[in-house]
Amino acid sequence: MSVLLPGLVLWPLVCASVLAIWPKSTKTVVLFAMVGTALLSIAVFSVPQGNWVLGGWAVPLGIGWRLDALSQLMIVLTGVVGLLISLYAWFDDSLPRPFWLLWLGAWAAMNALYLAADVFNIYVTLELLGLSAIALVAISLKAGALQAAMRYLLVSLLGSMLFLLGVALLYGQFGVLDMRLLANAMTFNFSMVFALAVMSVGLMAKTAVFPLHSWLPLAHGRAPAAVSAILSALVIKASFYLLIRLWLEVFAPIPTESLVYSLWALGSMALLWGAWQALASQQLKPMVAWSTVAQVGYLVIGLGLVVHPNTPTGINTPEGWLWGLLWLMMAHALAKSAMFLAAGNLQQAAGHDLLANMGDVMRSQPKTLFAFGLAGVSLAGLPVSAGFLAKWWLLELGLFHQAWWLVLVMVIASLLTAGYVFRVLNIALNTELKSTRVGEILGSIHPARQWISLSLAMLGLLAGLHANWVWGG
Amino acid sequence: MISSYDIYLLCAAGLILIGLFGLARRVHLLHKILSLNVMGAGVFMLLLTLATRADFPDAVPQALVLTGIVVAISATALGLSLMQRLEKLSDTQRAQLDEDAL
Repeated sequence: MSVLLPGLVLWPLVCASVLAIWPKSTKTVVLFAMVGTALLSIAVFSVPQGNWVLGGWAVPLGIGWRLDALSQLMIVLTGVVGLLISLYAWFDDSLPRPFWLLWLGAWAAMNALYLAADVFNIYVTLELLGLSAIALVAISLKAGALQAAMRYLLVSLLGSMLFLLGVALLYGQFGVLDMRLLANAMTFNFSMVFALAVMSVGLMAKTAVFPLHSWLPLAHGRAPAAVSAILSALVIKASFYLLIRLWLEVFAPIPTESLVYSLWALGSMALLWGAWQALASQQLKPMVAWSTVAQVGYLVIGLGLVVHPNTPTGINTPEGWLWGLLWLMMAHALAKSAMFLAAGNLQQAAGHDLLANMGDVMRSQPKTLFAFGLAGVSLAGLPVSAGFLAKWWLLELGLFHQAWWLVLVMVIASLLTAGYVFRVLNIALNTELKSTRVGEILGSIHPARQWISLSLAMLGLLAGLHANWVWGG
Repeated sequence: MISSYDIYLLCAAGLILIGLFGLARRVHLLHKILSLNVMGAGVFMLLLTLATRADFPDAVPQALVLTGIVVAISATALGLSLMQRLEKLSDTQRAQLDEDAL
């Protein structure tokens, strides 16, 4: 096995331990940690795909790892977005030192999750990721943040317990835990439909899919900006990645049309309700958080469209539809991290979070505002952005299945998205719109932080222009 | 005829349901965290019951339960420390969730 793969998990953990021992050299160690992990993540493209067993133990008791195209792309996405968010946090002096320990732990847990080959190790890494994410939400130690973290803790633990219940059912049925062996042995019966349902509900609670979303706007809205960006762009993608693995690989023969329709219904309600709440929100960061609830709806609809029994496998490539789903995740990760970081810049400069009084602050930071606008363009799916391709793909697949109401819902949700983005831009650019209070600009923002949020938004745009490297297969 | 295997399975299902009920209905956060632990005990019991099906005991579910217990203890510790701090900071000095949602 290449030495790169253990490095993906060990390097952030080693650096976190060094940080815990040597508090004085935080900034230097952190720089080594994030650049090292990101370089390792990008180098994963050069590692041949395959399966490994760690430490020489036989598979049921030992830890099996595997690398395929899906996990490669997830690791690279986490590496690139994680590096930019880390750099932003590096220039943000208001973050306490434990942030770095927790974030490096979460990064290692995500890499281990994408590499894990069996469902039980996935449970362990999922729990590690959840615990670091919960602690990250509570990092400011304010009453509101602690309330949000507590809510997140209860939902997250319930989700992992349901996932473990599914693991127990799978082991009881087949006596193996490896995902490929499970996929080969899978048959359609009641207990497997039940296992899929239980595991999906658990993972959907962690991904904040519509009826189980109420923790997300609180947790993502009250955490510091860098934490919100990590949670919205990366952490919920980890549990969604597992949903993809379960529905498309492990439980491939199970999804029936009624299960697919329930996914479509959940996704549609998430889209409309999330976008509506974002439109109604008076504060900037909760608005961006509600927008995540809506965008998760697109992911669920995309999953439902791909697992539909009538979906042919492959339009241009053998697994053409799957790339669309990955593209959707990538477009959202880039746009949403840019948006949260931009919102963090504005909030810190203004000293408050009230949207109506932010006009002056927004005009004083043109780069941040431009990043916010570009990210919004990608979220709403306007042409040339990465989001446009993702949404075009969704509409195409919706038309293929002749699900007209679904297409209509997606178009309306796009309009609502454009609505809440343009509302922010209107406050910024329309100088006739007087704020109720004279906006004073309190803090100064390091220019690097503005450039970082802009570069994340630009990456989303450039990805739209150079889409063939992933769509080509 | 109900075998002892079935009794264990029913107990596991019962523990999981009791945990779910407590998580949903109890207000105090300590109750909620303990309910999650009861639910976890149910899942572990299911795994251990499955280990007895063959003629000789299966070692894998026991290893899984051991790992699971370690994970559950760390999660409970985090939950309890969050709860304590929440209680100190809240206006009413009560360890419970605010009703207001965003």
